Amino acid sequence: MEQLFTPEYIVSILLSGISLGGQLALIAIGYTMVYGILRLINFAHGDLFMVVGLMGIYVCAVLPTYAAIPIVILITMGLGFAIERAAYKPLRSAPRMSAMISAIGVSYLLQNTATYVTGGQPMTYPTIETLNRTINIMGTPTKLVVILTPALVLVLIVLLTQLINHTKIGMAMRAVSKDFETSRLMGIKINRVISTTFVIGSALAAVGAILYFTTYPAITPTSGSMPGLKAFVAAVFGGIGSIPGAVIGAFLIGICETIIKGLPSSWNVSVFSDAFTFALLIIILTCKPTGLFGEKATDKV
Amino acid sequence: MKKMIAILLAVCMVLSLCACGSSGSGASDEKVIKIGVFEPSSGDSASGGKKEILGMQYANSQVPEVELNGETYKIELVLADNGSSTDKAPSAASSLVSAGVSVVLGSYGSGVSIAGGPKFEEAGIPAIGVTCTNPNVTAGNSYYFRICFLDNFQADVLANFAMDTFDAKVAYCLGESGNEYDQGLIAFFTQVFEAAGGKVITDSFPKNNSDFNSYLNKAKSEGADVIFTPVSIAYAVQIMKQAASLGIEAPFLGSDTLDDNMVLEAVKGTDLKLYVSTFYQEGGSPEFDEGIKAYINANSEALTANGGNDTISAVTAMGYDAYFVALEAIKKAGSGDKAAIMAALPDVTYTGVSGDIAFDEQGDAVRDTAYIKTADTASGAWALETVQTGSGS
Repeated sequence: MEQLFTPEYIVSILLSGISLGGQLALIAIGYTMVYGILRLINFAHGDLFMVVGLMGIYVCAVLPTYAAIPIVILITMGLGFAIERAAYKPLRSAPRMSAMISAIGVSYLLQNTATYVTGGQPMTYPTIETLNRTINIMGTPTKLVVILTPALVLVLIVLLTQLINHTKIGMAMRAVSKDFETSRLMGIKINRVISTTFVIGSALAAVGAILYFTTYPAITPTSGSMPGLKAFVAAVFGGIGSIPGAVIGAFLIGICETIIKGLPSSWNVSVFSDAFTFALLIIILTCKPTGLFGEKATDKV
Repeated sequence: MKKMIAILLAVCMVLSLCACGSSGSGASDEKVIKIGVFEPSSGDSASGGKKEILGMQYANSQVPEVELNGETYKIELVLADNGSSTDKAPSAASSLVSAGVSVVLGSYGSGVSIAGGPKFEEAGIPAIGVTCTNPNVTAGNSYYFRICFLDNFQADVLANFAMDTFDAKVAYCLGESGNEYDQGLIAFFTQVFEAAGGKVITDSFPKNNSDFNSYLNKAKSEGADVIFTPVSIAYAVQIMKQAASLGIEAPFLGSDTLDDNMVLEAVKGTDLKLYVSTFYQEGGSPEFDEGIKAYINANSEALTANGGNDTISAVTAMGYDAYFVALEAIKKAGSGDKAAIMAALPDVTYTGVSGDIAFDEQGDAVRDTAYIKTADTASGAWALETVQTGSGS
């Protein structure tokens, strides 16, 4: 057993946990922003993530990487926008449940389209040279992407908070999330705000997907469902609607999960790594229904 | 008004469907025997299932008719997708039963065969397993036969190979939790390996897992001499890719599922060492190789199903043989009646491209040969490592 817990081993486990957490964080932000504004859980977000991976394969096949990455991100933003316009906007005044069911529909539509296009075969994500370069951290060989992910996540989150706190559209987003109807009465173009939210969420998911599939390069049509579900748990864990909450939740889940997987095989616990994530969800929901940083819902009578 | 139009449209659709149905069955008065193909064309094992179907379709294109008592019967393949999942398998099996098939071929993957088996037994339809290697497929189901070797044989071959070739003392086994195929093989492997004085570390990952870095790092840290991963193709691709980036030096051992183009593609250009046990090696029957390659290259759909190139998977050869075993049984029965075929099957013998096929009293194939192939990572092709015959354990 002593043989297992070498410093190199512990570093390698922590590194992959942090990078998994960072990738989940980028998806979780998309969930939490959409929920904050529309009170809608966008179940198609995880599948959008998978579609980004598949697009990466097809676009990289015809274009050099430096051109392919921005194009993939742009297409994803367009796709996020289109999904919102086609599946959620017509249901704006319908009961909230209808939009959620529409979201589930979009999720299956994306999955089945992916099955049709790929024929259900696992596809291999192209190797992006710079991200895949192997470097040594304290004697542990690891990919550059593993180190790059948390750094990139931090940069993107700082940018996002700047956008939300210091720009006009950001102010509009905050207003809409506080009170949908009133902000509409105040002359805020609500559809534009919602579309922007979806576009930002999709762009972050696209970056997350590129990092995720570089680390775990096989893509099947259901590849998005697990990371999507875990990112959703992370968003609830941190308090859905709160961006810092989602990020911290995602890092916690990523790190805990990798640690559980990395425990000695003889303890026989690694198979419970997913169960842990969902047990955590139950505990959080029963002890603190609003999550770590959730806003307290004040009922205005 | 709108409602009226909607109802009218719906009626039109229903009527046109009926029309389709009747014209379909009315036009043909030739006699047809239906063979059910119970295979995954979606889900984790789709890649393997499609290659197995490919072999059957090629065989069907070669011999599309059978002569019984002076009458010519057309053989029709009826496909049902079991979705690689044990909860979809029973309904796929039922759809074959209601389609009125006389005999069933498949499936790729033992879990789905075990799940679908009872439906065939209830309906009295004999099923011929092609590459489902878990002993429980035929145990307790008198209607299930199979033409491949069993997992205990396969695990025995691999464990002996690991000890003889690599002088392995510690083996790390990784499988999907709750998957009969993975866990069965690991259990048999452990038995043989430990009986010979080796040490086995077993580990499982949850379904839909994609992060294997922790497992592989663990295998390395715990000092594994070989890593045994009898997993589905999608996981195998993921594991190989991640192992390459971690610089794993221990050789990987794989079961018959890893004999797949996708896995081969994943290890191409890496320093990994991968050995798999399988049913057929390209070159075993030059005539078949040539025919199937021509078939794959002539048909773009077949080419996509085969992963975009014409490397012959062992499962394709097995699918081809299974079709002819079924044909042999139909000839012996003298009719397309399921009960007659069931009665004839146990005594059927056939020499296929993958070797001689005969059934024992359990309905399992009497086989004593497994091919061990290694991935040539430079050229991206399989090379024959050794042919193992039963060690008699």
